[in-house]
Amino acid sequence: MSKRSDLLLSIADDELILGWRNSEWTGIAPFLEEDVAFSSIAQNEIGHARALYEIAAAELRTTADELAFDRKPEEYRSAPLVELRRLEWARTIARHWLYETADEIRLAALKASDDPEIAAIAAKMDREEVYHRMHAEMWIDRLLSTEDGRSRLNEAVDELWPYALGVLDSELRPELRRRAEERLGRDLPDVDPVPRGVHEAELAELLEEMTMVRRSAPPGTQW
Amino acid sequence: MIYEVFRQERKGQPLQHAGTVTAPNERFAEIYAREQYGRRQESVALWLVPRDAVSEIDEFPDEFDLKYRRVDGYSIKARLREAREKAGTLELAPEGDR
Repeated sequence: MSKRSDLLLSIADDELILGWRNSEWTGIAPFLEEDVAFSSIAQNEIGHARALYEIAAAELRTTADELAFDRKPEEYRSAPLVELRRLEWARTIARHWLYETADEIRLAALKASDDPEIAAIAAKMDREEVYHRMHAEMWIDRLLSTEDGRSRLNEAVDELWPYALGVLDSELRPELRRRAEERLGRDLPDVDPVPRGVHEAELAELLEEMTMVRRSAPPGTQW
Repeated sequence: MIYEVFRQERKGQPLQHAGTVTAPNERFAEIYAREQYGRRQESVALWLVPRDAVSEIDEFPDEFDLKYRRVDGYSIKARLREAREKAGTLELAPEGDR
């Protein structure tokens, strides 16, 4: 597989798996408005995944659906951060914010890519990600505004920090650290990143659930 | 806080009441309103108004039945008929108006 396809798949897998994880809040988010907003963000992420899979599919002579649903768990290129199942709101918001912050850094680098197709899709995604970041940032402000919120956020960020670092290539990690430390007003621990390529046990369960309907019909079924 | 949301469907049209969002502050309200009333491209503009900022008037007393102030106080049809008769154009009027 080319470096280009590998890059496209890693971002697409991040967006697909995070979109799926975030959609697990649909119907049970803390209140109705948040339910609608967070579900909409989840749908946007899955839309980004589709656009990226389509570009990769053209190169790999396959289809976006086959890339999204028909690979083995170990073939996914997603970062472990997005695979974790953490159905607890402070952790969900911490993950959402860490991912969006890392994604902003990654997209900025991709927008400057020599590959016009990659630069264009990065710019297009970023125009939607702006709203995801606004959503994440307002929640961070909200959590930082009370003692209880701050301690829950800090605890969640400490747990997720090695995973967040693992979203980015090593040269982009210092920028993530700089932004996160500035935002939280504290130092974050020096830890080894949880790298892309290893998977959390939860991923297999997620894929099992995500592909259940597709597997129930003969291959090639048109939906 | 409850925010009343008004939305504009197309440029140039009046903003119409769309519903409400409940949010802890204006920033949350803006994000939620955008998702609830704009994510399907159904709006070109939204107004958010804190419910407390709305002044409501819902009593319109008319103790003396001043019906001449109201449109239903005039019989437009009869007057139109008179005017048409005068002008000699009654036969040009639609069937029901003669």
